Amino acid sequence: MQSFELLLQGFSVALQPTNLMWALLGSILGTAIGVLPGIGPALTIALLLPVTISVAPTSAFIMFAGVLYGAMYGGSTTSILINTPGESGSMMTALEGNKMARTGRGAAALATAAIGSFVAGTIATLLLTFAAPVIAEIAFYFKPADYFALIILAFTSVAVVMGSSRVRGFISLFIGLALGVVGIDKMTGAARLTFGVPGLFDGIELTVVLVSLFAVGEILYVASRYRPGAGDTTALKGQTWMTKEDWKRSWKPWLRGTALGFPMGALPAGGSEIPTMLSYTLERKLSKHSEEFGHGAIEGVAGPEAANNAAAAGMLVPLLTLGLPTSATAAVLLAAFQNYGLQPGPFLFTSNPELIWGLIASLYIGNVMLLVLNLPLVGIWVKLLLIPRPQLYAGILVFAMIGIWGLSGQVIDLIVMVTVGIVGYVMRVYDFPIAPVLIGLILGPMAEVQLRTALAAAQGNPVVLVSTPLSAIMLVIAALFLLAPIVLNRLKANA
Amino acid sequence: MNFKKALLPLAMFAALATGAAQAQVSVMLPANPGGGWDGTGRQAMQAMIDAGIYSGGVNFTNTGGAGGTIGLAEFKNSQSGKADALAIFGAITVGAIDMNKSPISLADFRPVARLTTEYDVIAVKADSPYQTLAEFVAALKADPGGTAVGGGSAGGVDQIALALLAQAGDVPVNDLNYIPQASGAETVTGIINGTLVAGFSGVSEFAQFAEQGRIRILGVTAPERLAGIDAPTFKEAGYDVEVGNWRGVLGSPNMPDDNYAVWVENFKKLNESEQWHKVLETQGWAQNYLGGAEFGQFIADETVRIGAVLKDVGLVD
Repeated sequence: MQSFELLLQGFSVALQPTNLMWALLGSILGTAIGVLPGIGPALTIALLLPVTISVAPTSAFIMFAGVLYGAMYGGSTTSILINTPGESGSMMTALEGNKMARTGRGAAALATAAIGSFVAGTIATLLLTFAAPVIAEIAFYFKPADYFALIILAFTSVAVVMGSSRVRGFISLFIGLALGVVGIDKMTGAARLTFGVPGLFDGIELTVVLVSLFAVGEILYVASRYRPGAGDTTALKGQTWMTKEDWKRSWKPWLRGTALGFPMGALPAGGSEIPTMLSYTLERKLSKHSEEFGHGAIEGVAGPEAANNAAAAGMLVPLLTLGLPTSATAAVLLAAFQNYGLQPGPFLFTSNPELIWGLIASLYIGNVMLLVLNLPLVGIWVKLLLIPRPQLYAGILVFAMIGIWGLSGQVIDLIVMVTVGIVGYVMRVYDFPIAPVLIGLILGPMAEVQLRTALAAAQGNPVVLVSTPLSAIMLVIAALFLLAPIVLNRLKANA
Repeated sequence: MNFKKALLPLAMFAALATGAAQAQVSVMLPANPGGGWDGTGRQAMQAMIDAGIYSGGVNFTNTGGAGGTIGLAEFKNSQSGKADALAIFGAITVGAIDMNKSPISLADFRPVARLTTEYDVIAVKADSPYQTLAEFVAALKADPGGTAVGGGSAGGVDQIALALLAQAGDVPVNDLNYIPQASGAETVTGIINGTLVAGFSGVSEFAQFAEQGRIRILGVTAPERLAGIDAPTFKEAGYDVEVGNWRGVLGSPNMPDDNYAVWVENFKKLNESEQWHKVLETQGWAQNYLGGAEFGQFIADETVRIGAVLKDVGLVD
């Protein structure tokens, strides 16, 4: 098996002492930010992007992978102990986990979350190992029309699913698309929306937008909603660990959560929120103890926690094989690839096998590290919650500004940062989702190039856009996404 | 290797601190950190210091964007007449000045040296019916619109190579269907999935895919055959086209003659130094030195040639 050999080579990369150190650093950082409410993996990796200037790509991605997985582990701790999800994938965990902690079973909840994350992370990484090269090989035969249809599907599904209403979702998406148009058009050399500012000729730097939206906008929002003294931590002392009964009730939800999380994470707009919600609902339906739900059912922690870790691995499949980001975190990772002049896609597997397989191998290693970091050391992480929030948020803002300045040293980037940051804050206040902005900004130019390539190669004949079965199917699904809710509402109103 | 990279700025800083009384050269890198121009500038200056050719301090500025035109405009405004100010630039800058209607002209600067050139190759799919460059050009002539060719961004070396090939083969340049792609890897994907009949890219990007047997290289734009590439030059195939993606060094506008002579000499020595040969080898860059006035003539020729091609393909009016 070729994948297996390549994976072993990957391990020889990931097990080098420096890379182990990066993985450990990433895991620690990831767990820490997962624990702290309001700071997610997307923000952390965005803040770390400036390190790409001085750190070799393989090491940087090994660290980022640690952050990604670590955030999924850390998020559960906060959910269970203070009933505030550390990141969005842990929302469901808070429902049951915190109830368990209040009835003295917090340690069992933390354990099932950590072990479930480990089981799901490992299985999902295995799936990634074998699925990714196959999809990458198939992707060589994807035509521009297929890519275009796939991106249109990503646009509609992200705009429809994320956020509180479709109108808000599409407005966010179009803001992203507009930002993506800025700069010199690579196909004709014409300058678009640059207003004569030379600093905008190469477009708006993705890293700047990411840091602005997450570090500036998001932190302003979290800080504006900050109330001193909120949230009290449930003490861990004297709580019981997982019993035999708990194990029995946990292992099936772990596996079901993995089965839901991995494919959903790989889909556009899948992210980690939807699979965790689905997993929670599913466990509630299947459980023999459904009366316990809402009062601390262990299945309600085990399933969603497994699902969010599996989704994190699933998200890497379209990112690595097609270069398509399906969530905010994936978008930030894509920016990191681009900072190195690397374009994720089928060719990355052949041109940079060391990087790809080193990254995948490090996911296995990171999982083991995280289990160790999270199970016995959970008490230390909880202490992080004692950091005063005002200092923490101010520190992040300062760090973000320095990072952007260090990246390019251009004033225009700081101006863009303040503007986009304030826009991001306003969007959060009025409940506009952030992810569609990023997806629009990243995938918009990609969609444009694919559309124009397809049309140019067909000498302007638009039929080419539905000429392959895949492109036709994708466009139909996209149309359904858009129209089905409207049609259903009409039918309901008429009935 | 990482560690070394981290030490480099420290070493620069130390050199700067100890050499405060010595000469100090500012080098404009008109690209963001991490790219080819950035590497060329930093590594050339480091090799020059290592080889003992230059012992003063070096002060780098990165101002990226628009094919180097933004950085060069800033360089012209802030460093005019300065004794020790250099800038890195390349073939792309020539077309970018025309296309972006940049206020600068390369003739404003003093030509110091051309250091490297990466040549282009043209490739088709491994099972393509075209076995030779002549067969491909015949197909291009028969149906220019239906023969989609991919490569880098508009006005870059890839498009110019195609246009020159077409001119040499009596194909009307205006009818060509050139489709710019985001990267060399995207061009390969387009060739493999059949969207593009052929593609142009730098030899380093295509070589690995040719080795894997995914694509077949039909010709190289170099004056002589390239090591490791089993394909004739365009000239051998009957098309008198030679074009490459070169990188070089400019001096500040109106740089005093004495200083100019020193820098031309410094880069000439660098070109012969062991340290620079080592850099070329590790980076996979192809040495292609041209110094002083000869380089100035080369830039003038390229400006005329590329300007004419851009007009022919309709990118500049």
